[in-house]
Amino acid sequence: MNEWTRLDVTAIPALSLEGVGFRHRGQPLLHPVDLRLTGCRRTLVMGPNGAGKSLLMRLAHGLLAPTEGRVRWEGRPPRQAMVFQRPVLLRRSALANLTYALAVAGTPRRRRKLLAREALSRFGLAALEARPARVLSGGEQQRLALARAWLVAPEVLFLDEPTSALDPAAIKAVEDAVNDFHRRGTRIVMTSHDLNQARRLADDIVLMVDGRLVEHGPAETFFAAPASAEARAFIRGELIW
Amino acid sequence: MPDDANAFQTALALILGLDPDLIGIVTLSLKVSFTAVLIAALIALPLGAAIALWRFPGRGVLIVALNALMGLPPVVAGLAVYLLLSRAGPLGELGLLFTPGAMVIAQVILVLPIIAALTRQQVEELHGDYREQLTSMGVSRARRIPTLLWDARFGLATVLLAGFGRASAEVGAVMIVGGNIDGVTRVMTTAIVLETSKGDLPLALGLGIVLLALVALVNAAAHLVGETARRRVG
Repeated sequence: MNEWTRLDVTAIPALSLEGVGFRHRGQPLLHPVDLRLTGCRRTLVMGPNGAGKSLLMRLAHGLLAPTEGRVRWEGRPPRQAMVFQRPVLLRRSALANLTYALAVAGTPRRRRKLLAREALSRFGLAALEARPARVLSGGEQQRLALARAWLVAPEVLFLDEPTSALDPAAIKAVEDAVNDFHRRGTRIVMTSHDLNQARRLADDIVLMVDGRLVEHGPAETFFAAPASAEARAFIRGELIW
Repeated sequence: MPDDANAFQTALALILGLDPDLIGIVTLSLKVSFTAVLIAALIALPLGAAIALWRFPGRGVLIVALNALMGLPPVVAGLAVYLLLSRAGPLGELGLLFTPGAMVIAQVILVLPIIAALTRQQVEELHGDYREQLTSMGVSRARRIPTLLWDARFGLATVLLAGFGRASAEVGAVMIVGGNIDGVTRVMTTAIVLETSKGDLPLALGLGIVLLALVALVNAAAHLVGETARRRVG
């Protein structure tokens, strides 16, 4: 796939969480959630630490199986990728990290290096291609993780607190990348506890508090007229982190 | 009783003069141990990685057994191989007893559990870090084996060197299955035992020095690999 190919947004199946809950040793970490994500929207999952945001992402992406309810794609499962808070990179060069992802995705060997180099320059990493990935700075590592996701042209991209460990310049780079994905037609599902980030990026907001989904709706409505007391408190910055 | 200092001088002369007997013994030792580690690694690296990645009934027992076999006394391994390869044994027809081939088999048995057990440990730890990312990318379990083996390469190099150290330093197994036949199955350790008992201390001492140097070299290499890895790959 050419990296500039725009995705067919209408073909991305809706993601439907039906009464999805998760218990660990009998303790409910996530109370049953109903959530439907459609189209090519940027949904930010907000909430204090320990609210169950990351858990919700892992269940939606399929890294964990729910103990209640089910996660269902309305149609074929789409191409997905996930970017983690702490990027997990292979102990290889930056370039080899990308060619590996292409190999896994079934790209023919002769095209891998070219595509990988394109992605490296797109994310401003061209000069670092031979560097071992794990000695890159935090911001560079996260950009490499984004480049790796970019290569598989995901229809749905999950990001779990991708900017929480980064400095402002690196945060800007990640947010720009998220918008690049979005312009290409990728549905974005991202957790954050940063309200300003949500104001910059979000089309939709999901608010989680104490393992419950409290509110889900368009960002404008969420910020202008929050429906729940928790959302009002969260926006005022009164909810304990 | 020969003079010890004199024996030491003669030993050095043997080494520096590249004494053909000494060279022959050292070469065979290296060949046997290198082959054994190579064969053991080809089996034990993927085996260890597979045990790290798959959950199956009896897995715990297997891990305990591998760990226990790391301490297998070489003479016991030698005895087992002897019984297998002796004329009346199940593999007697191969005619391998008292050949370097038999010594390789015995050393494979000694080294394989070490490599497999340590590989299992290292790969499992690495997979703990990689699991979510690899699952997210849709990497199959079979494909994770080469991925993780490669990414654990620096740690595994140390594991292989440990295996080589064990193989080249043991005496009991190769003595039993090799027979210490001059020019055929005589390696450094068995020659040292023989020459010492015969009273030919210079050759024994010379071989001892070479063996010691070899072990030191292996350890230095292991250390170097570890340091390089820490600096380069993080």
